[in-house]
Amino acid sequence: MNVTSGSRVEVRLPSRLGFEKVAMSTAAGMAKLMGFSEDRIEDLKTAVAEACINAMEHGNQMNASIPVSVVLSMKPDELEVKVMDNGAGMETPAPTPDIDRKMSGEEEARGMGMFLIQALVDEAEWVSGTGTDEQSFVRLVIRMNKENE
Amino acid sequence: MQTANKVSQQQLTGASGQQVTCLRFTGDVSSLSKDAIVGTYQALDKAVHKCILLDFKGVEYLNSSGIALVIQVLMEANKSGQTVAISGLTPHFTKVFTMVGITKYATLYPDEAAALSAL
Repeated sequence: MNVTSGSRVEVRLPSRLGFEKVAMSTAAGMAKLMGFSEDRIEDLKTAVAEACINAMEHGNQMNASIPVSVVLSMKPDELEVKVMDNGAGMETPAPTPDIDRKMSGEEEARGMGMFLIQALVDEAEWVSGTGTDEQSFVRLVIRMNKENE
Repeated sequence: MQTANKVSQQQLTGASGQQVTCLRFTGDVSSLSKDAIVGTYQALDKAVHKCILLDFKGVEYLNSSGIALVIQVLMEANKSGQTVAISGLTPHFTKVFTMVGITKYATLYPDEAAALSAL
């Protein structure tokens, strides 16, 4: 298949846990077409799944009738993924999980999604929507060759 | 959309001779797996099962909510004086478990055989 920069795919998911795997598989398929390495594809899969789960849980409050929109755009040597929801947006930056605090019960065991996203992709930004016409979204960029490697 | 998470349990013996209770997970490990993961662990008699091996070789999908369940097991095991080891993670999830600090409380082994030879 001849893959050109500029190709774009959109996926709309019901806000129901498990459907994040549809976006994850789509992102992995596109990255494979672009020639990403297996380890970069695994990073991408986890980041996309976590972004979709956050959008379902925190953005759309698990209302299955409100979709999470995922737009994947191929660019030269990078894939951009935007995950949109109807929530108020997320606060950034995500704190680094403190395993000692989690083990002692001072910190919730959950709440690692944003940290993982930031750690696994090259760029991650959370943008708060201003109303019904402008959705909140997270924009992820993953490059063929990870920076600082 | 979620692949059912199943857990099988087997008593094994480590190279040192100690009894190792292996919990093998298959399918998805996510927020919907609490009963399978935490429930199965909590059903074990803590006075009998002193060394637990969590094996992820058969896991198809794992997310941060699933990792949080593993941390919950580690919390309880730590309080009970049990040893927990983890095997069968892919290289990607070996990296992720290391990033979140789980290696401070559980040793990761590439597979069940490597874990048993060290336990």
